[in-house]
Amino acid sequence: MAFVDLKGVSLTYRLGKESTQALADATFGIDKGEFVAVVGPSGCGKSTIMKLVTGLLPPSGGEVHVAGAKVTGPIKGVGMAFQNPTLMPWRSTMDNILLPMEVVEPHKRRFRRHRAEYVERGMKLLKTVGLHDFADKYPWQLSGGMQQRSNLCRALIHEPELLMLDEPFGALDAFTREELWGVMQALWMEKRFTGVLVTHDLREAVYLADTVYVMSRRPGRIVMAKKIDIPRPRTLATTFEPHFVDLVHELRDRIHQEHA
Amino acid sequence: MTELRREALKIAMPWLVLAGLLIVWEIACIVFAVPEIILPRPSKVFAVFFQRFDILMAYSWDTLWTTLIGFLLAIAGGLLMGLAIGASPFVYSGLYPLLIAFNAIPKVAIVPILMIWVGVGSLPAIITAFAISFFPIVVNVATGLATIEPEMRDVLRSLGATRVEILTKVGIPRAMPYLFASLKVAITLAFIGSVISETVGGNNGIGFLMLSASARNDAPTTFAGLFAIAIMGVLMYAVCAMIEKRMTRWAFRGEIVA
Repeated sequence: MAFVDLKGVSLTYRLGKESTQALADATFGIDKGEFVAVVGPSGCGKSTIMKLVTGLLPPSGGEVHVAGAKVTGPIKGVGMAFQNPTLMPWRSTMDNILLPMEVVEPHKRRFRRHRAEYVERGMKLLKTVGLHDFADKYPWQLSGGMQQRSNLCRALIHEPELLMLDEPFGALDAFTREELWGVMQALWMEKRFTGVLVTHDLREAVYLADTVYVMSRRPGRIVMAKKIDIPRPRTLATTFEPHFVDLVHELRDRIHQEHA
Repeated sequence: MTELRREALKIAMPWLVLAGLLIVWEIACIVFAVPEIILPRPSKVFAVFFQRFDILMAYSWDTLWTTLIGFLLAIAGGLLMGLAIGASPFVYSGLYPLLIAFNAIPKVAIVPILMIWVGVGSLPAIITAFAISFFPIVVNVATGLATIEPEMRDVLRSLGATRVEILTKVGIPRAMPYLFASLKVAITLAFIGSVISETVGGNNGIGFLMLSASARNDAPTTFAGLFAIAIMGVLMYAVCAMIEKRMTRWAFRGEIVA
């Protein structure tokens, strides 16, 4: 069984008498250390997949397994980053990224006594994203791109085995976004966590992922799984190579069929 | 220079308006020959204010500490109940309608009941101040909790945080600016509560002083009492506003960056 394993998973949202099927029969597996991207037309249930894998929502049908165990409630210690950075304005950048240490075992019980050690670890991580001079600043003193970097640091500080990214670069300008692809790739190559990235940006998906899954219109189902065989590290120059462009076109054509 | 003068004028404005108001009042009293027993001139009120300063201070002090005790109780109770209501939908649906009903009762109506229960004195004033300033605190704290971004909660839940951890790490800090904003409203209400109680059935405090002065047709002393209440109200409001700024700097982010 794969590290993350979905078997015939479906989800129907109910609001009063109305019900909307967001996800129909999703079946796929993600290997340990694999980085996958999920793309598809808007409203196809991409974000729903994230919530199902992390156990924030119970599926209406089918089963989700993570690390061999069936998911029945929120699974612990997952790293999550959303489009909205959701940093806490009353905490400095350092205190924000150390938040998981106050919640996740075994760090939780050590945190108070070994604070200096954790601050050092936080500093190291901030350095990799170029934010070490901003540790004492508050989130509202940072630019959008810096906030999103802090958000990634917070998702990674406890070295989760599973990192869920829900359009984390969606609200950024094109330059910052492309820069952060590089940052994300470097972090992944160093730590080799299992990553799930939900995005509408096909170039982003191809740049970062080992496998790209294309979803259909609502109710979403997986209609295509594309292995990305471009060696890492990939650079911005890579994104202009014919093979990269072909892959993006192939994915785009498949999604256009969904819109037709 | 002009920028400086504009700033200075901005700070001076409330004092200028106040002075203008008092001058208009003074002149109107003289021009229309208003009898002192109906509306004393401000100069007369100030004269009495300083002449009877010790008595006013003694009675004001009584009003002040009953108000503050009622207010502190309201903060403690309001914070706890606001957290409970904001954190649990069951507590919310159970208590909220009752709270609204209780808040709709004019607090002057509970003073006679309090007097039956605890007699005259400071206790009814404390309880009335508490009862009237409790509600805005509860509502504000509950609102602060209820408006937490769902994503913030999801981040914590996926880390494995318990409900209590979510409350202490996000809920309470998030509710603090709402709490402090409500304190400014609540402190002025608390003054209303204690003075009502003193006026309806007290034997102490500025409300009682005003009532007995008016029974003697001593309008200047009644007005001096009114001034004393206003001064205390403004001072306590300023203290609350200052605490608010200090405790929740992050909620005033724009001003700090500028």
